[in-house]
Amino acid sequence: MPFIQSAVSLAVPAIALGLLWSVMVIGIYITYRILDIADLTVEGSITLGAAACTAVIRAGGSPAVGTILAFICGLAAGLITGTLHTKLRIPALLSGILTMIALWSVNLHVMGTANISILRMKTLFTPLANLGLSKYASWIIMGGGLALIIITALYWFFGTELGSAIRATGNNPNMVRAQGVHTDTMIIVGLMLSNGLVSLSGALIGQSQSFADIQMGMGSIVIGLASLIVGEVLFGKRHFYVRLVSVVLGAVVYRIIIAVVMELGMNPNDLKLFTAITVAAALSTPHLTAALRGSHKLKPNS
Amino acid sequence: MLTIANLTKIFNRGTPNEKTALTGVELSVGRGDFVTMIGGNGAGKSTLLNCVAGVYPIDAGEISIDGVSVNRWSEYRRARFLGRVFQDPMMGTAADMTIEENLALANRRGKRRTLRWGITSGERARYCKMLAALDLGLESRVTSKAGLLSGGQRQALTLVMAILQTPKLLLLDEHTAALDPKTAEKVLALTDEFIQTDNLTTMMVTHNMRHALTYGNRLLMMYEGRVIVDVKGEDKRRLKVDDLLGLFERASGQRLENDRMLLS
Repeated sequence: MPFIQSAVSLAVPAIALGLLWSVMVIGIYITYRILDIADLTVEGSITLGAAACTAVIRAGGSPAVGTILAFICGLAAGLITGTLHTKLRIPALLSGILTMIALWSVNLHVMGTANISILRMKTLFTPLANLGLSKYASWIIMGGGLALIIITALYWFFGTELGSAIRATGNNPNMVRAQGVHTDTMIIVGLMLSNGLVSLSGALIGQSQSFADIQMGMGSIVIGLASLIVGEVLFGKRHFYVRLVSVVLGAVVYRIIIAVVMELGMNPNDLKLFTAITVAAALSTPHLTAALRGSHKLKPNS
Repeated sequence: MLTIANLTKIFNRGTPNEKTALTGVELSVGRGDFVTMIGGNGAGKSTLLNCVAGVYPIDAGEISIDGVSVNRWSEYRRARFLGRVFQDPMMGTAADMTIEENLALANRRGKRRTLRWGITSGERARYCKMLAALDLGLESRVTSKAGLLSGGQRQALTLVMAILQTPKLLLLDEHTAALDPKTAEKVLALTDEFIQTDNLTTMMVTHNMRHALTYGNRLLMMYEGRVIVDVKGEDKRRLKVDDLLGLFERASGQRLENDRMLLS
């Protein structure tokens, strides 16, 4: 059955890659959906995570330490964006762009060059490969396992007093201040958590491909938003845990879609254009449908 | 309870749009007082309330709550003293969160937000009881999103949220203005009931002169950033709409023609 075989050989790498990237999409979910901020820091912090982790591994450090360090670096990146936005009153979008640009230089310093390779060095995936698992199987287990742990931890966190206050801040900051919560702090904590996860995702991606590259973050925010929207459209947005699961599944489906369109012969150069158009279409759909409905209402006698 | 001395607030200072909203307001509100505030558009009623709440920084003067100067306190810090309900029913609750989540957030006003679970089962029972007392059917909808409620229901919920942690001062900023007359009366009756039960010190801004006369034990009228009429106690009880119009004309030298100030 050659069709099934080719479908599997197409889907498995896409699923594996999607799970590694899903950690980033969870991070973007925190800012874009919970805090209601489009945070462009992501483009820098994903590279930062990969750079920090691969630099540690290349220097002979343990992959686990490198991965944890990547998470901490992401927290710091989020702290900077959050401080620029809340304490210095720079608009959120611009704060993210400033950190993103600054991180370009930081990442070059961390890596020393524009890209570093950790080929044949020990990574987080090596122990799984040593068990006889294939490359993609190890990505799926590691990525899927981490994603599951993270969404469970976030489900708990956003149910706590602190997490509830962060959710409310994205919803109605006026109300939150009236209830005695410092909204600045909530936004900073949210941005830190988000970028920590994005960097963690970067560390996983860097280890999976055995190198980090200064350009690897380019377009990641759009990939993240596309995944987020795909997940919401396909798997709904009802219960909070379901939403988090749908974010992960969205990241996987996005990769499968990309794999399919590439298989159908799309020029790889057009990939970013394709993703951008998809996101623009998805984001404008609610407005366009509302406008269409509105125009119907204006018609007399209908 | 609340002392305001020489409070001045100027918007857009130093620009062509400069507007003096409050000019040297002096006011002292005692514990347990229920003050109603009326005045035309731009008289400074809401600005005064927002200055007390810390929404706007002030240009001069002194505000102290229960003997504590709060001039330099930001809005979220003052919240530990204040219960607030706003004109816009959307403003007091988080629309995407459930009724009980909103209440739980309010129940922790002025407290540190920890990593303890955001709502306990003991709280749930208490909320159900409080909501049942509203007689709006909210007690069976505690896990519905606040955004699904009607304006009146949201204002009633915001009111409960404001008094869940007994505030030193309750600030009501035209909280029934966006509601239909029948709902407005109901929310107002609830408000009065809460205030009487807990003997809450309250400042209530209203556009409705009859409401200002019916409720509270003290009435303030503002005009051009100043308090021009201040009637308390027995005098307030005997006050009629006509008296109020007379007082306004004498104090301001103007005839009252502002249609936003309802005479019904």
